[in-house]
Amino acid sequence: MIKKTVVRIFNSTTVDRWMKEIIVGIADYKTLNAPNKIITLGLGSCVGLTLYDPNLKVGGLLHIMLPDSKRFNKVDKPAKFTDTGVPLMFKELCRKGAKASRLQAKIAGGAQMFSGRDKNFSMNIGEQNVNAVKQALKKLGIKLLADETGGNHGRTMILDLNTGAVTIRMVGSPLKVI
Amino acid sequence: MDENVNVNDKLSDIHIDALKEIGNIGLGNAATSLANMLNKKVDMKVPNTKFVSMVETMEMVGGLEEVVSCVALRVEGDITAQVLFVFDEKSSYYLIDMLMGMDKGTTTQMDEVCQSAVKEIANMLTGAFLSAISTMTGLKIKPNVPMFAFDMLGAVLSTSLIEGGYVDDHILVIEAVMFEKEKNINGKFFFIAKKESLNKLFSALGISV
Repeated sequence: MIKKTVVRIFNSTTVDRWMKEIIVGIADYKTLNAPNKIITLGLGSCVGLTLYDPNLKVGGLLHIMLPDSKRFNKVDKPAKFTDTGVPLMFKELCRKGAKASRLQAKIAGGAQMFSGRDKNFSMNIGEQNVNAVKQALKKLGIKLLADETGGNHGRTMILDLNTGAVTIRMVGSPLKVI
Repeated sequence: MDENVNVNDKLSDIHIDALKEIGNIGLGNAATSLANMLNKKVDMKVPNTKFVSMVETMEMVGGLEEVVSCVALRVEGDITAQVLFVFDEKSSYYLIDMLMGMDKGTTTQMDEVCQSAVKEIANMLTGAFLSAISTMTGLKIKPNVPMFAFDMLGAVLSTSLIEGGYVDDHILVIEAVMFEKEKNINGKFFFIAKKESLNKLFSALGISV
């Protein structure tokens, strides 16, 4: 089972309110509402997708590993694959009142982390993941607002549910807000 | 792709012990080669030998944002597997300094020469590890060319497992820690193999599968 790490930070300006930062593990997702934050650490070839409804200040973060569940005989965790994971999180957000027409999608990850000459290392998985996520969003009629994918850097992704802003943390680069 | 293995396949304690022993012998040999190369005393410990899913592997390691260098080598021959060496940032630089005969603290960033040095160390360690296993089992195994990454641990570890094809099933993870006497070389070693390859290993060792 995935352990859920919940960090509680005391917010001094609003004494009665506790802000949670929830960490999403690999092949997992979380949906939550303001004033909380959802984080996923160290995306490599994986893709992190955030969906955010600004009217309700509700959103989710999904950390997918692979583009297509149909290539595998068994699907133990639907959040592992784009084709099963994206609809899963979307449905959960809809149950919380979100509408596809209002949802804002942002993606990060899909990098090529390794360099070298081993031809059997399938190095374009990151790219495949990105394409699959874009396709899945199109299918659901969700607009893609920001795309911070590709390259050869790992990324940490933080969704602020107050604003829908997504902060990207990379090694040796300043924070980037998309 | 080989997805025919049951997800819930478990290994018995006897099998895990045998693998732990393989890890110890192989890594002992690797530590000796590294010690000879650097002319320093190098020790190794094998704190974890587990047969787990990829997600569990990621949880076991922790510190997903830590900056590391990672060399991934696919192993081919009678068995297929993947070897990973992960050194934290400081240890990577320290290893490079030692290998190049430079004063400690000379290397402060990972350029191409440094990448080659780390790859070379990983190559040598893998060779020593595999030759010990080969001698023990009579299996023919050889490493492929090394792949390199220098970034967040979570990103490199997950990507190496995904791109190497170890996303399904349970995999064997032998985690080892290397340390050198004066200062810790904080290195982790992973030997990642699927059940089919492990079964071949057990048969070669005369352990019933």
